[in-house]
This record gives sequence, C-alpha cells and structure tokens, in this order.
Amino acid sequence: MIGFYTLFYKELLRFWKVSFQTILAPVLSSLLYLLIFSHVLETRVQVYQGISYTSFLIPGLVIMAILQNTFANSSSSLIQSKISGNIVFILLSPLSYLEIFLAYIGAAVVRGLLVGLGVYAITMLLYGVSLQLPLWALLFAIAGSMLLGALGIIAGVWSEKFDQLAAFQNFIILPLTFLSGVFYSIHSLPPGWQYLSHLNPFFYIVDGLRYGFLGTSDISPYFSLGVVIVCLTIVSWLTVWMLKSGYKIRH
Amino acid sequence: MVAAIEIHQLYKCYGAFSALENINLSIHPGEFFALLGPNGAGKTTLISILAGLTLATSGHAKIMGHDVVSDYVNARKNLGVVPQELVFDPFFTVREALIIQSGYYGIRKNDAWIDEILHRLDLTDKADTNMRALSGGMKRRVLVAQALVHKPPVIILDEPTAGVDVELRQALWFFINQLNREGHTIVLTTHYLEEAEALCNRAAMLKQGKIVALDSIRSLINGIQGFSIQLRLSSETLPPILQEWPSSRHEGLHIFKIKDYFQVETILALLRSEHIQVLEMQLQQPDLEEVFVKIMGAESSEVL
Ligand SMILES: Nc1ncnc2c1ncn2[C@@H]1O[C@H](COP(=O)(O)OP(=O)(O)O)[C@@H](O)[C@H]1O
Ligand SMILES: [Mg+2]
Repeated sequence: MIGFYTLFYKELLRFWKVSFQTILAPVLSSLLYLLIFSHVLETRVQVYQGISYTSFLIPGLVIMAILQNTFANSSSSLIQSKISGNIVFILLSPLSYLEIFLAYIGAAVVRGLLVGLGVYAITMLLYGVSLQLPLWALLFAIAGSMLLGALGIIAGVWSEKFDQLAAFQNFIILPLTFLSGVFYSIHSLPPGWQYLSHLNPFFYIVDGLRYGFLGTSDISPYFSLGVVIVCLTIVSWLTVWMLKSGYKIRH
Repeated sequence: MVAAIEIHQLYKCYGAFSALENINLSIHPGEFFALLGPNGAGKTTLISILAGLTLATSGHAKIMGHDVVSDYVNARKNLGVVPQELVFDPFFTVREALIIQSGYYGIRKNDAWIDEILHRLDLTDKADTNMRALSGGMKRRVLVAQALVHKPPVIILDEPTAGVDVELRQALWFFINQLNREGHTIVLTTHYLEEAEALCNRAAMLKQGKIVALDSIRSLINGIQGFSIQLRLSSETLPPILQEWPSSRHEGLHIFKIKDYFQVETILALLRSEHIQVLEMQLQQPDLEEVFVKIMGAESSEVL
C-alpha cells in the first residue's frame, strides 16, 4: 500500500513540477481551438435543437484534453524512465505489477482531470455553459481517462524510442480522438462514416461526456458507458498482463 | 543455514546466443564475494536475474531462500543492487530520491537511516541538491545509498568503482567493507583485481557465460605454481645460457619464472659469470591478476 502510494505520489510530482507544460499548455491549446472553431462555426452550425455550437463543442474539447493528457502522462513517464534507465529503481523494488499499473493510471487520471477541469472552468467563465448532469460527466471523464492511461502504459512499455511513441500517438490516438465527434455530431456524417465512427471506442466517451454536459447525446449514455467499461476492462487486462509478463521491461 | 544467494542450473539465452550457461552458485551469509570476468562474460546478466530485472531462460535463483520470480516481493526486500549504469531521476533531489526509494519498499519514516547513510557516504551537504547537478562520483554514491534504504542483508554492486577517482574508490571500499563486517553479504564485480584480492573471501570467474573458477581467493592464488623475478640488466641481450630459461620481457625488464628461492641464486650466479650487472630487482608473488590472466587465457576446451 505504501509502495503504491509512493509511486503514485512520485508520478504526481513528476508532472506537477513541470505543470506549466503538463497542465497550463494543454488548457491553453484547448481554448485556442474553442476560440477559433466557435468564432467560425457558431452562426453556421447547429447540432442539436436549441443548443449553440459553442455549447456543443465545449464538452468535446474538455474530453479531448482529458484523453490526450492522460495518454501523454503515462506513456511519456514510462518512456523517459526507460530511456534514461531510472526505471530500474521501480523494477528493483518489491512493487507489484498491480501497484505499478494503478499508480501510473492514477497519476495520469489526476493530470487528465486537472486539465479537463481547467478547460471547463475557463469556458464556464467565458461562455457560462452549465453542467446538466455532473455525475455522468465525471463518470465518463474518469472511465475515459483510465482507458487512455492504460493505453499510455501499453504504448510506453512497447516503445523503445521516442519516435515509436510518437507514431503510436500520431497514428492511433490522435485519429481516434479527432474522429470521435469532438467537433461534430456523427449524425451529420454519411452512413459509411457513421458506421465506422461506431467502431471507435473514443466516440462513446465523447458522446457520454456530452450527455453529462448537455443532457442530450447521439446515443444512450447507458450503452456508451457499457462500451467504455468493456474496453477499459479489456485494455486494463492486457496492460496488467504485459506488466506481469515483464514484456520489454524485464527482458 | 539458508544461503544468501542460491543459483541452480541457471541459463540465459538471447535468441541463439547464450549469455549464461548452467550457472550453479551458493553464497553464504556474511561472505564478501567477487564476481570476476572480462566484459561480456555475463556478470551483469547474472546480477539482473538475481534482481528480477531480467528473466532467466531456465533454472532458479533464490535470495535468502526466496525465489526471485515466484516470491519476488521477499527476494527483493532482502536484496540491494547498485546497477552498473549511472542512472538517476532528474526530477528529484538526493533526499527526495531516497525517500521515494524507501517508499517503494513500504518504508514510510526512514529519515534517521537516510541521514546515516548520507553521512557515511559523505553526501550530507548534497542532500538537497538536484540529482542532475551531481558529479559522476556523487551519482555513484547516491546509487549505493538507494540500494541501502531498506537495509538489505544481501548487497550486490555491479562495478561500483568504474570511472571513480582513487580517493572515492577507497572511501567506497571502506564503506562496503564496514557493511560486510556489520553482517551484510556482499557480492561485487570489479576490474580492479588487486582490490578484489584485498577485500573478498571468495571469487567466481565467469567466461563466456560459464563459471570457469570458483574458490577462495587464497586457494585460487595458491593454485599458481612458483612466482617470478623481474630484473633490469646492464645488457639488453641475454647470454645464451639464460635464453633457455622461461622468461618474458616487459618495458625493458626481464621477467624470469622461478619455482623457488634457490633459483634466484642460480640466475644471479649465471649473470655474474657473464659479467652482467643487475640494476634493478623485484620478486613478484602470484596474485589474483595472474590467476585471472591464466584462467581467461585458457583454451575453452580446458573450461571446467
Ligand atoms: N538484452 C540483450 N540482448 C542481447 N544480448 C545481450 C543483452 N544483454 C546482454 N547481452 C549480451 O550478453 C553478454 C553478457 O553481457 P553482460 O552480462 O552485460 O556482461 P558483463 O557484465 O560481464 O560485461 C554480452 O555478450 C552482451 O552483449
Ligand atoms: Mg557488466
């Protein structure tokens, strides 16, 4: 227990000591997206009846920031420790693979939620959006960030170099987030793309979080939650199995 | 009595390359043990397996009776390892690194012990310095400190004095020797054979992944027959009568192999009869270095 807590705390310190880069910078870039897209599209696009495009976009940007930063946290922490070699301090210790898993996910979730909260707080000040169903929003924010935190661990363990990690991020995580309906409702897409979007697990996280903000969504939040939990279970199982087997780190 | 380290039929292969082959070794509590061998012999690989950093291809290893794979929690609690590579976490100060390392071992309040190891490693005034700002020698000392936060009964040091200046090397050996006298089992690898000879009780020599010698330092050295005499002579060329004698040359010195002290007299008498003067003379006892060179030079067919 102390072991888990220590690693968790160390991981928190790691991003907190450079919070300018790890929290403020992503909040700022989300706000830039918001300013630009809402300026261009506010008067032209209406996704749901009675809901402005800006109100539609904000939950999308909040969850996008959360997902990207949880992934970035666990993956970059691991690859940095691997490349600098200081991962041995963890590997030499009696920490169990489960403790390692939980500590990395936990710290990633905290960073994701801090960034998400930052984006939300500022947009609330600027645009006064309200959070209709905060518990739903929180549920999807946590489940979604855990999923990305676990994916970050997989990517961090699997990559041997920074460019491999960048490839994982650019060719898997980024397309999945951008095509998950952050900027648009998938109902506005042609049927083929709609179908493909339903295969993207990130879509259910975005739609679920939007339900929490707006009280309305493309599909049932219960169904989305189910999909997210199933994905989270599979990915977590895979991550724990990887850590337990020592894949690439205890070669 | 349970062995501090017990290794049984251990193999490690990287693809077709076999880095360790049938290693069997038992190290008793309180021993000061040297693991010797040229670069690439497999010392670090063996240590990594004991530490759980690497998984063996087959075979078993135990630390204080705990299997390093199936009972890794207890095995690692009993083991402190100073890695060969100079690794550090640039986010933290020396003290922070030690507090965090203690936490990984489930130890919450460790300040008194941390202060003591900082003091004994002469790191007290660097306690609040960021790891990044330390010299190589300092970083090496912090690695030693990190291996000791949980007071492990068994301590393994992988080339702790590589790239470290003489003064620090002596300070480190003094400290490690103290730990041994306090009851810790010490295993180390080093390229400084005279230091291994002075400190350790027993040694294993590894060559291409196999143990080729395993004995007390004393017996290893006693195994070398005779010794040698080094002479600087007034004449560069040896008289024909002495050219038969087993000898070698090194930086202007003639080194003659001799079996006993009577042969010293024989050589000197021969030189006198040829009117060659002795300018410098030194007797050389066999040492660990000689054992090492002899064993490592042996053909693989002679490997035990
Ligand atoms: N991860 C690895 N993959 C392939 N070969 C390795 C790996 N690690 C070590 N080796 C090889 O195993 C041998 C033993 O290496 P090592 O244990 O580091 O030797 P030593 O510490 O005695 O110098 C070397 O030939 C090295 O190249
Ligand atoms: Mg080595």
